Amino acid sequence: MSELQQSDKALEPYRVLDLSDDKGNACGKILADLGADVIKIEKPGGDAARSIGPFYGSIPHSEKSLFWFTYNAGKRSITLNIESADGQEIFRRLLEKADFVIESFSPGYLDGLGLGYAKLSQVNPRIIMVSITPFGQTGPYRDFRGPEIVLWAMSGMMYLTGEPGQPPVQISVPHLRYRAGTQAAAAGLMALYWRERTGEGQFIDISMRDSILWSTLHAQQFWDMNKVNLVREGAWRQIGSTRIRIVFPCKDGHVVFRLFGGPAFAEGQRALVEWMDSEGMASELLKNIKWEELHASTSNTAMADELGEDFGKFLLTKTKDELWQEALKRRFILAPVNTIEEISESPHYMTDNFWVTLEHDELGDSITYPGPPARLSRTAWVTKRRAPLIGEHNDEVYRGELGLTQENLLTLKQAAVI
Amino acid sequence: MKSEEDLPMKIGKALEGLNVLDFSWVVVGPLLTRHLADHGATVIRVESSKHPDTLRTSAPFKDNQPGIDRSGYVANYAAGKYSITLDLTHPKGVEIAKKLVTWADIAIESFAQGVIDRLGLGYDELQKIKPDIIMVSTSQLRHNDPYPPFRGFGMHGAALAGFYSVTGWPGGEPLGPYGAYTDGIAFETLLVAILAALSYHQRTGKGQHIEQAQVESGVHVLAPALLDYGVNGRVASPIGNNHPYAAPHNAYRCRGEDRWCVIAVFTDAEWQGFCDEVGNPPWTKDARFATQRQRKKNEGELDRLIEKWTISRSAEKIMLSLQARGVPASIVQTGEDLHRDPQLKHRGHYQILNHKVIGLHSYDTPSFVLSRTPGKPERAAPLMGEHNEYVCQNILGMSDEEIAELVIEGILN
Repeated sequence: MSELQQSDKALEPYRVLDLSDDKGNACGKILADLGADVIKIEKPGGDAARSIGPFYGSIPHSEKSLFWFTYNAGKRSITLNIESADGQEIFRRLLEKADFVIESFSPGYLDGLGLGYAKLSQVNPRIIMVSITPFGQTGPYRDFRGPEIVLWAMSGMMYLTGEPGQPPVQISVPHLRYRAGTQAAAAGLMALYWRERTGEGQFIDISMRDSILWSTLHAQQFWDMNKVNLVREGAWRQIGSTRIRIVFPCKDGHVVFRLFGGPAFAEGQRALVEWMDSEGMASELLKNIKWEELHASTSNTAMADELGEDFGKFLLTKTKDELWQEALKRRFILAPVNTIEEISESPHYMTDNFWVTLEHDELGDSITYPGPPARLSRTAWVTKRRAPLIGEHNDEVYRGELGLTQENLLTLKQAAVI
Repeated sequence: MKSEEDLPMKIGKALEGLNVLDFSWVVVGPLLTRHLADHGATVIRVESSKHPDTLRTSAPFKDNQPGIDRSGYVANYAAGKYSITLDLTHPKGVEIAKKLVTWADIAIESFAQGVIDRLGLGYDELQKIKPDIIMVSTSQLRHNDPYPPFRGFGMHGAALAGFYSVTGWPGGEPLGPYGAYTDGIAFETLLVAILAALSYHQRTGKGQHIEQAQVESGVHVLAPALLDYGVNGRVASPIGNNHPYAAPHNAYRCRGEDRWCVIAVFTDAEWQGFCDEVGNPPWTKDARFATQRQRKKNEGELDRLIEKWTISRSAEKIMLSLQARGVPASIVQTGEDLHRDPQLKHRGHYQILNHKVIGLHSYDTPSFVLSRTPGKPERAAPLMGEHNEYVCQNILGMSDEEIAELVIEGILN
């Protein structure tokens, strides 16, 4: 990766008011990583997302949620009851200097409070409002509840994941809210690009479920064009008329390896067979194949089984790491099935300086976070500080920026506004 | 609910006027530039007829007959773009590509790391031609180590990034999420990166180079599990369809062939809604299911009882009636279900466009709707090289003779 200094922040001038719950937290976190000033507006007592596990020390605590840590890092936090008249007045004042509002309430909730887009855009016509809901703001499913397993099932991904004859299955680590939040952030920035040319803000309606549809790849086309429902195949793939195994056991776990040749794989298969041969483990079949010409789509399952057996025997004699190192060296295409532990402990999978350590003064500890999902040569994509404590920046924002007095704050606190 | 008059009038496309030169192929890059095209950018896709995009030879095909312009897979991602075929292994091909760089605001490539530099079209080179270019380079991994870069596809990326190790049944073999899972994460990440770079460019006039290791984008979204390992030493492993603090939380067999519904109960109120829907039979009053903790402890038995109820019922009806009671539930949708989904219809998710070879077929639209500048695919995918002449004439201002020469030399083919 390039070694340029990333001294600038792409979104430095912009302020985000983040009213969202767990469904929308990632969106603001991403904008904060890119340099925006993101103020997480929590209800007095703290947001419900703070109760989502896992927890630091495995003990449930509103200041120890690892979900909260990773979805809210880099933000500031104020507490505000937007259901009270005073709270709404304060919110409107904050809005005057804001560029984005992010929210993930049920459709219609903010309109009911007089804080819907129509009203907010009267206060600040340049405001960009990003609304994140499971299925969108309007339509027959707009009020549907959408925890991750429902989003996964409704996107078509679940039906395709798992083994034939077994129930469809989810991914065991929840992360779809991060994915939807990423697409929501992109939508917000698209609106920003428009606004900086025209002065006009707008309202964005993102459907979390729709953000996952892209991962079904060609499944919808198979139905549209051929009236075929793709099915789940577990550790196997159907390619044309050929069924091939793609997950193989090795000495200490599993690897993903694609049988057959063709332009993308021929060179690699030859290199692997050469290695096998050097250890006396390449079958005559493997040594004599013209890999350029052996396509999975035009071969057959009997051939796939033979190839699988010959390669499979060899893979069983090696560890994941041995296979990975040789795959890099000899340029064949194979990947270890990494565990969460191996990802954390094996720095060589990642670019240098991928992991980021943030101080958690409140815990008297520091915690290592996965680094940026992409790098920009001039502007930083970096998590600057740990997630905020509940209302950690009340003073800074209310007194420092809105000019409220200590007395004002006390009154608001007593009225449970902040 | 937003009524129409509350929202700003539709007036344009957010990225109108933006020029994108796209050297990418397969999924990540094409999905990325598809989102840019949907929102008004002019995207020129540079293809190779010697080494066509793998997706051009991937099913589904029109009438099940393979053909370079017959794949719905590649078409979905290419909607609204222009296609030219250019031989980048020939110096004259590179020369034309460089002319296009002067036209472009953004350039995108997804070759294995280093390939674009060897073609003479790396960031350093592009920057000389167009100092404020925004360039995107994306590949599975990006290494500065002594080995040549890793080449692989999304299924390899998903294995490297950990998704295979956390998908499946307790103690079972790793199944992996369907398809090329890190590809979807990679494209949405790049979309954010490009738009952030555009914002910076708007303010400063400066371009930059965006680099992505797709495996790192994948790892990034698993952050809570990585922290759980880092601070608690817990290694996430497959838990089937369970959830650490919800029960029931599973997929249940319904009436019909391979029909399933999902039911997920997080709160006592949701449990009550569920019990009401199943008619409050005696087992719902069993002390073993009285609290969330009890339900979680006895969820195996609970799942068996629930499936006895679902097995004779339609998945659609279960979804509709439970959701009406505020209980999270859904069909496990197939490709066919997606096309019938009334919510997707309401959002106009599948746009039907007329492709020159495939005919009318469906195209996905973005997950987000911008009220003033809604984006959607406006034209069906181009045929391979369909716009060779158009691009050379209208964008590069070449004469008919110059174009003919390139065709004869096999550079524009």
